[in-house]
Amino acid sequence: MTPFLVLLSRDIRLAVRAGGGAALALAFFACVVTLVPLGVGADLKLLARIAGGVLWVAAVLAALLSLDRLFQADYEDGSLDLIALSPLSLETTALAKIAAHWFATGLPLTVLSALLAVLFDLSTTGTAALVVSLLIGTPAVSAIGGVGAALTLSIRRGGLILPLIVLPLLAPAVIFGSGAVLAAEDGLANGAFLFLAAFSLLSVALSPFAAAASVRLNLAT
Amino acid sequence: MISLDIEGLTCIRGQRVLFRELSFSLAAGRALALQGPNGAGKTSLLRLIAGLLSPAAGSIRLRTNGAAVEDGEERGKYIGWLGHLDAVKPQLCVREQFAFFARLYGGVGNLDEAMETFGLTALAELPGQYLSAGQKRRVALARLQLCARPLWLLDEPLAALDTAGKALAAKTISAHCAAGGTVVAATHETLGIACETLNLGPGR
Repeated sequence: MTPFLVLLSRDIRLAVRAGGGAALALAFFACVVTLVPLGVGADLKLLARIAGGVLWVAAVLAALLSLDRLFQADYEDGSLDLIALSPLSLETTALAKIAAHWFATGLPLTVLSALLAVLFDLSTTGTAALVVSLLIGTPAVSAIGGVGAALTLSIRRGGLILPLIVLPLLAPAVIFGSGAVLAAEDGLANGAFLFLAAFSLLSVALSPFAAAASVRLNLAT
Repeated sequence: MISLDIEGLTCIRGQRVLFRELSFSLAAGRALALQGPNGAGKTSLLRLIAGLLSPAAGSIRLRTNGAAVEDGEERGKYIGWLGHLDAVKPQLCVREQFAFFARLYGGVGNLDEAMETFGLTALAELPGQYLSAGQKRRVALARLQLCARPLWLLDEPLAALDTAGKALAAKTISAHCAAGGTVVAATHETLGIACETLNLGPGR
C-alpha cells in the first residue's frame, strides 16, 4: 500500500468507529430531511419542487458536522506532527484526508438521498438527477470543507467558525445541484451538471494546496 | 550516520526571544540532552530542528554520510519524532497504531519484536483509550524505534515511565547511538546514558 492509501484507509476507519462522526452526519441528514415534509405539510407538488434544495442544504450541513475534526483530532494528540514528518507531503496528506471524508460522509449521504427522495414525491428522473448531482457535488463539499478544517485546526471550538468560512464558498454547489434536480423534474435540458462538475473539479484540484498551506501555518505557531 | 550543525540560531515565539545566537554541532552517534527551566525553548528548538518551525535567524544543517541534506521539508525525512504528546488514537488498538505509522513511514522494523521489547504484546488488541500514560509513552517509544529514522528528536522521553520503562528508554537511545544514529532530547531528568548537555536557560 502506498502511504496515501495507508492514510486514507486509516482516516476512513477512524471516521466510521465510535466518535468518528460519519454515522452522526448520516443520522443528522436523515432527521433534518424527514422533518421538512412534516413542517411543510402534505402538498406533494410543493414538496417535489423544494426537494432538491432541501436535500442539498441538508447534505452540506451534515457534511460540515464531521469536518471540523478532519485535522484537529490529529493536531490535538500530536499525530499531525508525525504525519507532517512522514514521506507524505502535506498536500497529499490533505488530499487523503479530503478523500477519506468523502468516502465516509459524502458517498453514504448520496446513497441515502435516493431513499429520502421518496418523502418528497420526487419522480424517478428527479431522483436520478439528485443522486448524480450529489455524487458530482459532494467532493467539492469535502474539498472546500477541508480547507476550512485546516484553517481552524488550532482554534478551540473551531467547529463553530468553520461553517462561516465554508458555507458561502459552497453556494455554487447548492445552486447548481438543486438547479439540476429542478430542471430534471421539469423535463428541461440544462447545463447545471456541467457547471457543478467544473466547480467540483476545480475545488478538488486546488483545495489540497490551500489546506496544506494552512496546516503548515498552524504547525508553525 | 547523521550529524547536526546549528549556527547563530535565534528563536522568537510570541514576540519573546527564547534564545539567540545559539550554535552547536553534534556528531553522528552522539546524544545531546537539552536542559533548562520551563519556557527556555527546548521544545521550540526541537521543532526548529525538525523543520516544523522556521528560525528568526541562523541556520540548521544536517549532513548524512558527509552529504548536506536540503533545507525545508526534505529535512523531515530524516527525523524520528517523539513529541510531548503521544499521538495515540483512542479508537485504534495498539497493533493498529503501530501498523499505521510503520506503513506510512515505509514499513521498516519488525512490529511484533518492537511490541515485545517494550512490553506491549499483551496490550496488542487493546484500544488506545484504555492505555495508561506510561503505556502510551511506551507505544510512542516503540513507534520511534520502528520508524527507523536516523536523527531522533525527543521531548521529555522519560515522562510518565516507570523505572523499568526509563531503563528501557535509555537502552533504546544508547542502542540507536551505537548504530550511528544521533539523538537530541529535551529533558528535566538524567537520561541515564553518556551524553553531551546543553543548557538553554538564562546565563547560557
